[in-house]
Amino acid sequence: MKTEIKTKKSKGGLMAWVDERFPLSSLITNHLTEYYAPKNFNFWYFFGSLAMLVLVLQLVTGIFLTMHYKPDAELAFGSVEYIMRDVSFGWLIRYMHSTGASMFFVVVYLHMFRGLIYGSYKNPRELLWLFGVAIFLCLMGEAFFGYLLPWGQMSYWGAQVIVNLFSAIPFVGPDLSEWLRGDYLVSDATLNRFFAFHVIALPLALCGLVFVHLVALHEVGSNNPDGVEIKKNLDKKTSIPLDGIPFHPYYTVKDLVGVSVFLIVFALIIFYLPEMGGYFLEANNFIPADPLKTPAHIAPVWYFTPYYSILRAVPPVLNSQFPGVAAMGLSVLAFAFLPWLDKSKVRSIRYKGNLFKRWIALFVVSFFILGYLGTVPSNVWGQFSNAIPVIGGVDKATVVARIFTITYFLFFALMPYYSKKDKTKPVPSRVSYK
Amino acid sequence: MKILTKLFLIFIFVFSNAGFANEHLTLDKAPIDLNDQASLQRGAKTFINYCLNCHSANYMRYNRLKDIGLSDNLIKENLLFTAEKVGEPMKIAMTKKDAKAWFGANPPDLSVEVRARGSDWIYSYLRGYYRDSSRPTGWNNTVFDKTAMPHILWKLQGDQKLNEEHHTLELVKPGTLSVKEYDALVGDLVNYLTFMSEPSKLKRLHMGYYVLLFLGLLLVLTIKLKKEFWKDIK
Repeated sequence: MKTEIKTKKSKGGLMAWVDERFPLSSLITNHLTEYYAPKNFNFWYFFGSLAMLVLVLQLVTGIFLTMHYKPDAELAFGSVEYIMRDVSFGWLIRYMHSTGASMFFVVVYLHMFRGLIYGSYKNPRELLWLFGVAIFLCLMGEAFFGYLLPWGQMSYWGAQVIVNLFSAIPFVGPDLSEWLRGDYLVSDATLNRFFAFHVIALPLALCGLVFVHLVALHEVGSNNPDGVEIKKNLDKKTSIPLDGIPFHPYYTVKDLVGVSVFLIVFALIIFYLPEMGGYFLEANNFIPADPLKTPAHIAPVWYFTPYYSILRAVPPVLNSQFPGVAAMGLSVLAFAFLPWLDKSKVRSIRYKGNLFKRWIALFVVSFFILGYLGTVPSNVWGQFSNAIPVIGGVDKATVVARIFTITYFLFFALMPYYSKKDKTKPVPSRVSYK
Repeated sequence: MKILTKLFLIFIFVFSNAGFANEHLTLDKAPIDLNDQASLQRGAKTFINYCLNCHSANYMRYNRLKDIGLSDNLIKENLLFTAEKVGEPMKIAMTKKDAKAWFGANPPDLSVEVRARGSDWIYSYLRGYYRDSSRPTGWNNTVFDKTAMPHILWKLQGDQKLNEEHHTLELVKPGTLSVKEYDALVGDLVNYLTFMSEPSKLKRLHMGYYVLLFLGLLLVLTIKLKKEFWKDIK
């Protein structure tokens, strides 16, 4: 069902002058004041607008950081400290950017989880979901490239490990990783190109993808916690969805509440916990990069740890790390297949049966446990006693990571079966709103 | 209630803090008080006299010491040994190559050392030296085994010996300071190093208060605004 395009023109004055040359009034009408969103959005629906807010914050703080940062292996670490000490409010801008990176993933993960529980990826929103997955991939690249820039030990060795992953790809691997680095090891050349990717290539792609994500959203309209299509119940006279309310002013003022709460959490971290106990800014990253000193324990930043755990959990096959790398790639790409894996008749978890709910719960548990395990060395819980057959002498954490890696993938792989078999509840014809 | 559970889960998700502590080492708590300017000034004096010969603090400018209550003139007259202007950073004359040849390791720049190691680590480290004739410097350390750094403050602390059985340190030859005085001196020094690792920290903590006050007010207003608009949605 296509949204009706309204061409509305104001009577006179400046607006009329603009409208004759640019569809300003109709843009405002079609996308804000007469764009109808379901009235039953709940807590989970704040994170889309919050992700946009964080994107803007990252772009603006990023511009100011770029004014003082030097993408040079000799100067990079010092220029960050220069920003922290000598640039007026440089510390604030830097903490906003570093905290913003982590908070971006917090809101995007919650935004994705919302899509998962309310079936927002289902027909007709498959493309909307795919654009979202592309944004997520882009964001991961953006975070990875940006993390090298402070040129601390974790920056350096994290990049070293990730770029080396590509060398596990059969045949072209070693050449590919060398091509990515621009050198035989992570060096000044790598820093310079990562800087280019971080400040222009990926932000540009990100903005473009966010734009098409929104275009797709406004074409199909928002899903809602009931998974009821509001365009199926139109007012006979006005053909406005009966359960829809204009985005502006209702959701603009509601999102402002979300923004206020978010900014309070954001400010609490920036002003009182900028390092977040080593999770947002790692202690090792306050030591300048040293190609000759490998840190004892290299771990990626928290938002990559579930995938990193999967990488470590998969054992090498025929001396090749490729299966682990492939599994890690697949763990991220798996989200893209959701629209076709979910065979359920209903969208929302509210009307899905216990089978689906249990699998989602298992998936969330796996994600958290894998996430935790990715932050610690794999010998963190010691080894199984040698007396036990098969797993004797193996790291306990590795075995746990393997179990949850399998669970993680089963959630996706078995979805066509359990979503079909699941006993769903009848979906009401109208959204529920109290 | 449901919202609360969700928020709680998110809280756990974002704020959980585990897995980074070194279990094998018990560190003593450093007496950090960034508001104690006298302590910070004493620490700066110790730092510049004892540390800033082998260790640099390349990202710290001398005139940033004004933040801990010193004036340009005081800095110039008492603390400026190797630099000419108060706006210069705390550099040293020793080259990396010489350092490597003399000590076998490059003494790290100390500008952000507290953020890398933690104040408790440095506080324990500087009090953890003991005599060990098997080491080229004659010193070893309970916190950092086989450390390359000799015990720079040994005249002040005196000689300690390691009790292998209990893994404790005993003072065998007192230095010019009592144990209490020495601990205080190291405490002041680490306090200063903590200040130096993030000179804008006090400003940050202070500013956060006003920002949160403003945001709290904004939250109240936005909630009222939302309620006003939404009262006609049934």
